[in-house]
Amino acid sequence: MSAVWTIFLKDLRVEWRSREALSAMCVFGLLVVFLFNFSFNTGREESLRMLPGLLWIAFAFSGILGFNRSFAAERENGCIEALALAPIDPSAIFVGKLLANLVFLGVAEAVVVFASALWYNFSFVPALAAFAAIVLLGTLGYAALGTIFGAVAANTRMREVMLPVLQFPVAFWILVLASDASADALRGAGAAEVRGGVERVAAVSLVFTVASFLLFEYVLEE
Amino acid sequence: MSKKFPMTLHLAITLAWMVIALYLIFLYAPEELTMGEVQRIFYIHFSLAMTALFGYFFVFLGSIGYLWKRSRPADDFAHACAEVGFVFCCGVLVTGPLWAKPVWGIWWTWDPRLTATFIVWLLYIAYLMLRAYVSNPARVQALAGVVGTLGFITSIVDYMAIRWWRTQHPQPVIGGGPDSGLDPRMWLTVFVTWGAFLCLFFYLVRVRTGISRARRALSLARHQMAVV
Repeated sequence: MSAVWTIFLKDLRVEWRSREALSAMCVFGLLVVFLFNFSFNTGREESLRMLPGLLWIAFAFSGILGFNRSFAAERENGCIEALALAPIDPSAIFVGKLLANLVFLGVAEAVVVFASALWYNFSFVPALAAFAAIVLLGTLGYAALGTIFGAVAANTRMREVMLPVLQFPVAFWILVLASDASADALRGAGAAEVRGGVERVAAVSLVFTVASFLLFEYVLEE
Repeated sequence: MSKKFPMTLHLAITLAWMVIALYLIFLYAPEELTMGEVQRIFYIHFSLAMTALFGYFFVFLGSIGYLWKRSRPADDFAHACAEVGFVFCCGVLVTGPLWAKPVWGIWWTWDPRLTATFIVWLLYIAYLMLRAYVSNPARVQALAGVVGTLGFITSIVDYMAIRWWRTQHPQPVIGGGPDSGLDPRMWLTVFVTWGAFLCLFFYLVRVRTGISRARRALSLARHQMAVV
């Protein structure tokens, strides 16, 4: 447990000193929302209908930036070998990295959601609890896959290309179910419908989080 | 395996089986009433699709086999199944639209089954690209094993998620699918064709694993030459 905490805090500290990944993630997420807004020249009603899906695309893309960074940074000075040699459970590394990725992506998501609320004059407050639950659960599964695939991609040439190729087909259902559930929550659907959506996102996210957790040790060993 | 069952015999059986399947498809199976001759592509389409989907299951078995036992043959098997399965999956995505256009009037729709097939196709690409791009050759097997396993879990999730997703939409009827009152002669044709494609699949997989083995033997021999 202390190993998890140490790695988590180390990642936060490194990020706090440079703030490279986090600022890139936020800016990229905002750019996605901005570009979508203008590439589909639609009225307000149409835009609001597309907003949930658009948010998840922004989350997905800015997540990719962060996950790439997460293990690429460890490789630069051979830190990954040191981590693999350290007398700790490999899954502790996974959980520590996952928590750090969750924090970074969570901050980026908050920024994107806040900006969208302003730009679209849309209030997230009425459905905030359900929406927050969907975002949290969806992001958990998405970041778990991003953490393990980030570690896999760090072993390849052209890792920036490799990560999305691995991540998107596998994380497809998390993104689709999460944007479906978000759309239901934000348009004010019935409580039962919204709960069903949250449960589906939770189920799929949990499957991938557990699978990534169990498989991670095979990625790390040299 | 290859000692017990000669490759040439395997190839001969595959070819003969294919000829029988072609005979059944074009001359024996009755013409479908509403779709006419074009329906005959169904036999090939269905066989390709089932083989491609089973192919990813075999990739998973090989991946688990490698991660668990560190068995090189298991990894060779997974790699071969991925390459051959990918080709079959491409065949599915080609024959599907060819059949859909005259029957449905459209080339493509994001129907659950089509979406699932498309995701499996992407999973094949991800697996094969990963194998091609890993920088340290000693790590390919373990990383491919991880990706193959996660990919298979995705294809399982496909089947759950597709039921949840857009359930309010009526599903387009896969014209003349193997459900509901298929002529017995059509059933026979379906199974014989699928058998022929499975036989071809395993023949190609054996050829491909043979290449992997030969490559490994060659690099070992080169290594020993360099040491001497």
